[in-house]
Amino acid sequence: MAAVSSPALAAPPKLASLIVQRKTLLIGLIVLTVIALLAILAPLIAPYSPTRLSVVNRLKPPSERWWFGTDEFGRDIFSRTIYAGRLSLLVGAVATVLAAGIGIALGLIAGFFRRADPVIARIVDAMMAFPDILLAISLVAALGPSLATVIVALGIVYAPRLARIVRASTLIIRELPYVEAARALGVATWRIMIRHILRNLVSPVLVQATFIFAYAMLAEAGLSFLGVGVSPEIPTWGTMIAAGRQYVGQADWMTLFPGIAIVLAVLSLQLLGDGLRDLLDPRLRKDL
Amino acid sequence: MTRYLIQRIVGMIAVMFTVVTIVFVIVRVAPGDPAAVMLGPDATPADIAALRERLGLDRPLVVQYVYFLGQLLRGDLGQSIFLNMPVLSALAERAEPTFFLTVFSIFIASAVALPVGILAAYRRGSLFDQLATTLAMLAASIPSFWLGLILIQVFAVRLGWFPVSGYGGPGAPFLVRLTHLVLPALALGIVSSALITRFTRASMLDVLNDDYVRTARSKGMGEFRVVMKHAFKNALIPVLTVIGLTMALLVSGAVVTETVFGLPGVGNLVVSAVLRRDYPVIQGALLVIAALYVLINFAIDMLYLAIDPRVRY
Repeated sequence: MAAVSSPALAAPPKLASLIVQRKTLLIGLIVLTVIALLAILAPLIAPYSPTRLSVVNRLKPPSERWWFGTDEFGRDIFSRTIYAGRLSLLVGAVATVLAAGIGIALGLIAGFFRRADPVIARIVDAMMAFPDILLAISLVAALGPSLATVIVALGIVYAPRLARIVRASTLIIRELPYVEAARALGVATWRIMIRHILRNLVSPVLVQATFIFAYAMLAEAGLSFLGVGVSPEIPTWGTMIAAGRQYVGQADWMTLFPGIAIVLAVLSLQLLGDGLRDLLDPRLRKDL
Repeated sequence: MTRYLIQRIVGMIAVMFTVVTIVFVIVRVAPGDPAAVMLGPDATPADIAALRERLGLDRPLVVQYVYFLGQLLRGDLGQSIFLNMPVLSALAERAEPTFFLTVFSIFIASAVALPVGILAAYRRGSLFDQLATTLAMLAASIPSFWLGLILIQVFAVRLGWFPVSGYGGPGAPFLVRLTHLVLPALALGIVSSALITRFTRASMLDVLNDDYVRTARSKGMGEFRVVMKHAFKNALIPVLTVIGLTMALLVSGAVVTETVFGLPGVGNLVVSAVLRRDYPVIQGALLVIAALYVLINFAIDMLYLAIDPRVRY
């Protein structure tokens, strides 16, 4: 019989080539990396200190000297935009980690322990009945506005989305033969939950976490814009747009550039999330 | 069917009960004394004690909770501290701009998203499809308040076509009020159209290759009729779900957008309540909006029955 090359027997493609094949993933990754590098290296890149006041140079339009113009106190908007990226990205990332921690724990417990399920599922359903910004501002109002409370509030707001996904997957995985086998071998419950169930949830959690990162950044910008988030003195993209609001029609660059920064950051995360979903979900891989 | 309805209503009540409990907890987790926080640093101990008594904060938590439930059952959402009026009246007074803003936004979003989503799916892989998919993702990445500011800069400040902010003042004719809603509805509608476009496209792709679509074509039916009558009708359920959920999400978007455009709606009321720590208003708004979300979900489920004869409970 002639040798037939079977795709099933072919060597699995390398991660790098899989990423390069997916344009959305690649573009998202590149844009996000550039934004993250600009934010991390802000002290080296920024031409001016983000807090340096220069009243004589207030509200200057974009030029060779001030690439993005200056604000009402003469501060350089380019420097502020890249510095603000540090905090906006940090809030999004930490809120996502917190949401993942709470969501994964709740979802695993609800999916694994039948008695806990109705209570947790009900709480998750109820939490998802609140619009995210509204719940976040209520939590910030209750806890008192600060950077930490914004992060905690966003973590709580987005945790139910992950809890729902983790619970649904856990309910299926816990009935699979290998989990039953592990149970029969006397493997400890926590070990089954972490080694056998959680490991299989990495893909859906990673995809969802990328989208939550994007939503959390949008929500943080919204909270800061409303003045219920971080202090207006701290440069985040949201607080910068809020400050520029007073100068609409007079210094439009004050709102334009921080807004473009948010759009690019959120867009890159959405592209990354979409690309990851294609990469990690074998059902969608055939669409390539 | 009756059994399903009863189950669904019981489920809805259970979720609402949990919503009420969460709202009760949120206000009580506030560090320190909520009465002192609400009255600010200048309040005397006597003022704080009086407010604690008025709000029932001096009673044990369980008693407060039972009293809170009793109040809600009587349709009483409490009294606003700063507006000095019942919360329900404050919400009702500001419902009109929010209602029309939500309706216009969903109209704009659907008017853009449905044709674009259908055409993108019909011409899958074409330049139009790629452009529509990219623009949908871009729209989903734009903060509605920022888009609102850009619209103000262009259409209100530079071109002067629409008012910059407000709702036309008390007693303004409906048409004047409408002109105040155009830009905020556009800002919210464009952002919301992203999700509806993506769902419409995906849902249409699912049905466009089905046998009944092929059969309709083989019978010589015109393409428009095939796509709209046979394909779109069958793709409608997920699309309706996402339109319903978008409607609920728009309330969230309205919180920020109303502030940008100075619209005296529920969103604006909530933001002022948060800045003034007017907890009864925050509590009432959270409850009413969550209840609306639960009801919209229920209405969508019921709508399935009306539009799809295959759905039987």
